[in-house]
Amino acid sequence: MHIREETVERHTLSVIVDNEAGILARIAGLFSSRGYNIQSLTVAEVTEDETISRITIVTSGPRAVIDQIIAQLDRLVNVHKVTDLTELGPHVERELALVKVKGTGDHRIEALRLAEVYRARVVDATISSFVFEVTGGSEKIDKFLELMREVGLVEVARTGVAAIARGAEPA
Amino acid sequence: MTAERSGADILIEALTDLGVEIVFGYPGGAVLPIYDALFKQKKIRHILVRQEGGAAHAAEGYARSTGKPGVVLVTSGPGATNAVTGIADALLDSIPMVVITGQVGTPLIGTDAFQECDTVGITRHCTKHNYLVKDPAKLGDIVHEAFHIATSGRPGPVVIDLPKDVQVATAPYRKPAPGAVLHKGYRPQVKADPVAIEAAVEMLAAAERPVLYTGGGIINSGPAAAQVLRELARITGAPVTSTLMGLGAFPASSPQWLGMLGMHGTYEANLAMNEADLIVALGARFDDRVTGRLDAFAPHSRKIHVDIDRSSINKIVRVDLGIVGDVGRAMEDMVKLWKVRQHQPQDLKPWFARIDQWRAKQCLAYPESIKEIMPQHAIRRLWEATRDRNPIITTEVGQHQMWAAQHFHFEGPNKWLTSGGLGTMGYGLPAAIGAQVGNPNALVIDIAGEASILMNIQEMSTAAQYRLPVKVFILNNEYMGMVRQWQDLTYGGRYSESYSAALPDFVKLAEAYGWTGLRIEGTQELDAGIEQMLSTPGPVMVDCRVAKLANCFPMIPSGAAHTDMLLQADEVSGEMDDEAKALV
Repeated sequence: MHIREETVERHTLSVIVDNEAGILARIAGLFSSRGYNIQSLTVAEVTEDETISRITIVTSGPRAVIDQIIAQLDRLVNVHKVTDLTELGPHVERELALVKVKGTGDHRIEALRLAEVYRARVVDATISSFVFEVTGGSEKIDKFLELMREVGLVEVARTGVAAIARGAEPA
Repeated sequence: MTAERSGADILIEALTDLGVEIVFGYPGGAVLPIYDALFKQKKIRHILVRQEGGAAHAAEGYARSTGKPGVVLVTSGPGATNAVTGIADALLDSIPMVVITGQVGTPLIGTDAFQECDTVGITRHCTKHNYLVKDPAKLGDIVHEAFHIATSGRPGPVVIDLPKDVQVATAPYRKPAPGAVLHKGYRPQVKADPVAIEAAVEMLAAAERPVLYTGGGIINSGPAAAQVLRELARITGAPVTSTLMGLGAFPASSPQWLGMLGMHGTYEANLAMNEADLIVALGARFDDRVTGRLDAFAPHSRKIHVDIDRSSINKIVRVDLGIVGDVGRAMEDMVKLWKVRQHQPQDLKPWFARIDQWRAKQCLAYPESIKEIMPQHAIRRLWEATRDRNPIITTEVGQHQMWAAQHFHFEGPNKWLTSGGLGTMGYGLPAAIGAQVGNPNALVIDIAGEASILMNIQEMSTAAQYRLPVKVFILNNEYMGMVRQWQDLTYGGRYSESYSAALPDFVKLAEAYGWTGLRIEGTQELDAGIEQMLSTPGPVMVDCRVAKLANCFPMIPSGAAHTDMLLQADEVSGEMDDEAKALV
């Protein structure tokens, strides 16, 4: 017999939670125990009094699974609100990557030129290396990294996706 | 300024303020301060179990039979891990329960200290919520919040992990004002959307072949919900079926009653689900034991699902109308609106005529025997002998559980306590103890199997200590019968490890624990044996020897549709394909 697979969708969820010990384990654990995917997860406190955090999760799965993920998240006692930004419509998604590139000569020049095209900033430099800081959507970063591989990519640190709805109102 | 008191005293005072009368527990190093605080007071009664797993199941039995939350107190490390099965059981069956676990002192947490385990980590996914309390000043509010979370919305277990130094440290405690909002992020939706209620009523009024598919949510909603279900059934005329967990919410003596549905449900219930044009799921969650093969489940019907847990809706079966809210209140709203609109049900006579044809199959019939006691017959006789006394029945897990669900009939809620979701062998005896503690004058019977009963046999000692007159009625066929039945059906009768070898002499075992032990060996002894069990004061264990190879029918084999029910053993094939084997 074979395991069946269904078509998957990528969704970005914004989850407002109590900033409490264990909340991240609770959310990450929910995904692992129920077999949901996490493509990216970011978390940081977002209120002045540091009591509330926003978690941005990029997940993928069949439509029914996405609905189930939202319902399961919403059910957690520490979760105040879950917003499906993908479903909601216009929103901004950004990610930051720090990219270390090593090389000399043409490779070094090419790396700088590409960095300029991608509006990446040099945040560290030696005679034989750069560290670039690049921000943008995940696809842009993927593309930038693909190019950097050609010119001496050493290592990458990515933040994962932060996202917010467009317009004046909170989502 | 309130006087400061120790964390242990705060805990006891908060429990007292919450009206807790009974705590099931077992002492140990990390809860000694709490046990000392218990010693100094008289309002809370502690029931000492023999293993922490027994405490958790006893609390479940107490909760399910009284409607009040069950409370458990255990020590750190093994005390907590032993309770985990009962906690997981309570989560799957939505039983309100608060478990207080001791923990090593906060400076020792994370150091692999003696009897340390990561209780909040271990229980995170088998509780509705859990806490590690590090500050005694927050303890009082957390205890109140824990009870609120355990008992509201979809009920479930909540763990409070309490380090030993927090039990000793002092802080002020003040009872929260009544109605104070206890948690900002937790607001279960109790009242259903009136627009959805209206749509549901219109769909019900238009249905020609409706079925009310009820579940444990109605029991959880409280006895009033069972009453309003009767009214909803009366005005709509719809037939009613129930999951294992919902038995008793609707009286089995009603002509509208179809019996239980699902894997070991009745032919008429499953065929009615299959042929219905409208299914109204009321506090039930389309468990795989109920639906059978999903793509063949109720293909002709529109579906309404009322559930307090939003995540239950569309989880397994897509429905046409999802209603989030308390099922009792939602049914009440439906009944009111139906009456205001002066609806009349469609002519359901043709529908009941078809149901009667299915009923005529007599799917619960079993081969009679005079030589051996048929287990189904034993349960029928037990039911007939006790029905006037409105007993509370608990079960273990396996064939005996399904036979009890099929052949013991209930007229009211809170009388049927069984491990449905998790399917925990060893549930029945401690649950019976908990039920007896909560209902001292009730007749409480654990219908057991000889394999299951051994899983928590130590709790006989608890019943003896508190002189709890529970009756344990063992259907002894010397097999883990349900395992053996699946091996018959799926694995060509290769009985791998399913024989209960080296069984104890249950009569002598009973006597050793200070119980009365009885043995029933032939059909002619059955009624007298049951009578003797009932008339003997104190706890009684009955070893009822039944036919060894009887199997539980009807049955929907794994991977099959409702229409593919097996009614009798001769329809059984010896091997199944891999697709079926992969299903549990």
